[in-house]
Amino acid sequence: MPAEHYTRLQEIIKPYLPEDVTVEDIKEDSHFINELNINSANLVDIILDVEDAYDIVLENEDMENMQTVSDALAIINNKLEGKA
Amino acid sequence: MEYQYIISQLPYSMPFLFVDSLEHVDEDGVTGSYTFSEDLHFYEGHFKSFPVTPGVLLTECCAQIGLVCLGIFLMRKDNSLRDTQVALSSSSMEFLLPIYPGETVTVKSEKIYFRFQKLKCKVYLYNEKEQLVCKGEIAGMLTCKGNE
Repeated sequence: MPAEHYTRLQEIIKPYLPEDVTVEDIKEDSHFINELNINSANLVDIILDVEDAYDIVLENEDMENMQTVSDALAIINNKLEGKA
Repeated sequence: MEYQYIISQLPYSMPFLFVDSLEHVDEDGVTGSYTFSEDLHFYEGHFKSFPVTPGVLLTECCAQIGLVCLGIFLMRKDNSLRDTQVALSSSSMEFLLPIYPGETVTVKSEKIYFRFQKLKCKVYLYNEKEQLVCKGEIAGMLTCKGNE
């Protein structure tokens, strides 16, 4: 998994983190809702920012499958491969 | 879809219904109005001997007309038989003019996006002189009852 995607995703997530969670808390296996305390409304905004950053389109099932940071990276890689 | 039907589907009632009528609804936005009648009880305390409509209720009026009515319209298009529920997720408003007891306001909303059950709108509230009273952005998560 390319490290650049991980760093880029961290930057996308950062503005949506609650005050008691720092960017250092973002690990590959972090659960967006349960561990990073991101609510579902902000998770939608993260997905929209991911779409803009990578020029990809995510579907409802992608959102359902996107529980952790590594899920998100896998979905991004999938979509990018589909585009290539 | 009948506009009166949308109002009947709102999950609010007196004393917390801030929609009287809808003038226009389509996929991209809503226009509707509400009259803040002089006998609404909060005027007794906001402010002491100087009644002005609280900004938080102007925000609520914008949310009920601009976001919730649009949400019901959009959800009904997809799920014909289910009740829509809305959870407000964020609002950021700017207030420019006061609304005094008895004034009728018109709210216009413009959809920014409706993706993954989240509806985000720009909202504008005008007085009877068509002056902009407040504006901002409001977002909420839409769900259907019995669809969890």
